[in-house]
Amino acid sequence: MKKKLVSAFLVSTLAVSMLAGCGGGDAGTSGTGGSDAGAQTGGAATDGAAGGTEAADSGASGGTTAAGGSVYYLNFKPEADQAWQDLAAAYTAQTGVEVKVVTAASGEYESTLTTEMGKSSAPTLFQVGNDQAVETWKNYCLDLSGTELANELTTEEFNLTGDNGETYAIGYCYEAFGIITNKALLKEAGYEVTDITDFESLQAVAEDITARKDELGFSAFTSAGLEGSSSWRFSGHLANMPLFYEFRDDNVTEQPAEVTGAYLDNFKNIWDLYINNATCTPAELATKTGDESEAEFGQGQAVFYQNGSWEYANLVTDESKGFQMNPDDLTMIPIYCGVDGEDKAGLCCGTENCWAVNSQASEEDIQATLDFVKWVVTSDEGTTMMAEQFGPIPFKNAKEPENVFFKAANEYIEAGNYVVTWAFNYTPNVDEWRATLVSAMLQYSSNNGNWDDVKTAFVNGWATQYAAQ
Amino acid sequence: MKKNIKKCFPLFMLPTFAAFCIGFIWPFLQGMYLSFCKFTIPKDAEFIGLDNYAKAIADPGFRYSFLYTAAFAVVSIVFINLFAFAIAYLLTQNIRGANLFRTVFFMPNLIGGIVLGYIWSMIFDGILKKYETFLLAETRYGFWGLVILMCWQQIGYMMIIYIAGLQSIPEDMIEAAKIDGASRWQTLVRITIPNVMSSFTICIFLTLTNSFKLFDQNLALTGGMPVKFTDAGTTVNTTEMLALNIYKTFYASAKTRGLAQAKAVMFFILVAVLALAQLRFTRNKEVQQ
Repeated sequence: MKKKLVSAFLVSTLAVSMLAGCGGGDAGTSGTGGSDAGAQTGGAATDGAAGGTEAADSGASGGTTAAGGSVYYLNFKPEADQAWQDLAAAYTAQTGVEVKVVTAASGEYESTLTTEMGKSSAPTLFQVGNDQAVETWKNYCLDLSGTELANELTTEEFNLTGDNGETYAIGYCYEAFGIITNKALLKEAGYEVTDITDFESLQAVAEDITARKDELGFSAFTSAGLEGSSSWRFSGHLANMPLFYEFRDDNVTEQPAEVTGAYLDNFKNIWDLYINNATCTPAELATKTGDESEAEFGQGQAVFYQNGSWEYANLVTDESKGFQMNPDDLTMIPIYCGVDGEDKAGLCCGTENCWAVNSQASEEDIQATLDFVKWVVTSDEGTTMMAEQFGPIPFKNAKEPENVFFKAANEYIEAGNYVVTWAFNYTPNVDEWRATLVSAMLQYSSNNGNWDDVKTAFVNGWATQYAAQ
Repeated sequence: MKKNIKKCFPLFMLPTFAAFCIGFIWPFLQGMYLSFCKFTIPKDAEFIGLDNYAKAIADPGFRYSFLYTAAFAVVSIVFINLFAFAIAYLLTQNIRGANLFRTVFFMPNLIGGIVLGYIWSMIFDGILKKYETFLLAETRYGFWGLVILMCWQQIGYMMIIYIAGLQSIPEDMIEAAKIDGASRWQTLVRITIPNVMSSFTICIFLTLTNSFKLFDQNLALTGGMPVKFTDAGTTVNTTEMLALNIYKTFYASAKTRGLAQAKAVMFFILVAVLALAQLRFTRNKEVQQ
């Protein structure tokens, strides 16, 4: 009897663990929503003419599906998923064209895209973020130059282009990062934002706040966590500073095979400032997460927080987070690191949000996709949603966003300061390069290693990953 | 009547067989083919011969992860089976609350690998903080961390298999040994262990293949960190096991997908050979009842 029970138990656990395994497998593609009708027409449409009539039938209520194509958008930003679903539904209601929006789970875009592209109903609209992604997907990127969408652009600065002037992807929004500053706390410490104009003044303010930390009740910087959810702020965004200045000196316009690390001393300046004037000790950085850092800033435990314009919603509007900071108290200042002439620096503006249209989709689908994106950037519904979710978009009909960080970015531009572009978009094998850098920064910050390790990771790592990619 | 049904067996087998072909045979063959190709997605594969295999063998990261995985497998097989058998032996000695202990020891097995990895990374970091260091600081922390994690998770499962084995030993055999004056130790070594050899086969087989295929726990606990530079100037993720190395290679860039596929095929052959060899080796030691 007992033996039977044991075997029954074993069998049932086996079943449970198998089910658990299946569940785990599904998590990767996390398809949210996407109407069944959309999926059906999407699948049929690749069969050409036959699919076309079917799609027209299902969209007959709209009455304007002359071309009969459908749209399948593989969305990159999980936080904007609902907004896209709503917008897609609105578009379908207006025109009858089916729009299916699927959102890849955070950090799973590349793998989801790889899987979806292999299917017969592949995405017609997808995202390529940087030159390396273009390199991977260029056989699937329609040349968008001369399309109606391209004609709506106010600047081509954010587009990703090919060697012969092809526009492989169109930047549909841009973002800015820098040092988010709590002006109210800064005032409490006896300073104004205008007091900070270069690295020396930033250092003076930060070190003064650290010296009076106990009396003031807050620190200069939030924890510069190197845990996975936070480390990209430094291996990606902060490391952009030495890359940007080096590339500016060398007039780099395409991915270089190697970097010299000429500005790594400046990188060290700002990194040391971050970790020695923070809410935690340098040895604790390995486990500090992005959420902790955000909460420290949101709860007024620190004046400075290095992050980007996308944090606006989290800090100000998002009720579930509970910070609901006063937008008037917030601004963003450039990342100063002690480079000559940096009092004329602006915020780091760039984008990884670029649309590409699948050139291997059927003609009807391509047309339907181009019509859809044009509608997104020109219609009232579309531009409202874009302004809410993505801030300023580089299109003629764009709406003014509320986000104060973009206002700061524009003020620096209007004052004639130079924009720090996203030089890190050239990084070869970006995940590997950053992981190596984080590993070295961890060793350095916890006194297990020295700055030479960081230099090696930065300079040699680049050459290694360039050769390996 | 019976004959007619027997004749129809291909018909009854068809659904399962078709599923097996679609879900296993075909992807397997396609995977084999892709390892000789350059591709972004399987549809646009371009045949390039043995290049991927040459690159895989030359890749120091891959070779390192093989050795690291092998070391991990040896250590974890020893620890897991030793503890699992010891606990199973204790829990079959009619001690009070044995059922409760069995359930409790089994429970970690019900938690998914990713969750376990994150939970344990917090536990380890919490402990290491006292010594002003952290899990990702050194390779050995990551290694022993993973061993502890896997022991914690797998011992319960293996214990259940050993318990089943121990309970199937005929009572009279043990009684006969007692009457003949065998000590406890002698009974254990001469009677009990030879009789649960089949359980050892299953458990060692399971721990061996589990160790080699380990992925989630590895990804969540250290993700391969810390990274070291080799003398040749390439990087090696020092706590990266084979499966994680293959995964990372696949998504590194479009040019490395064929390479990852070649690594995966080599990985399959390795695991299959190891498992078969191990199976044959322990089968010889089993007692036929």
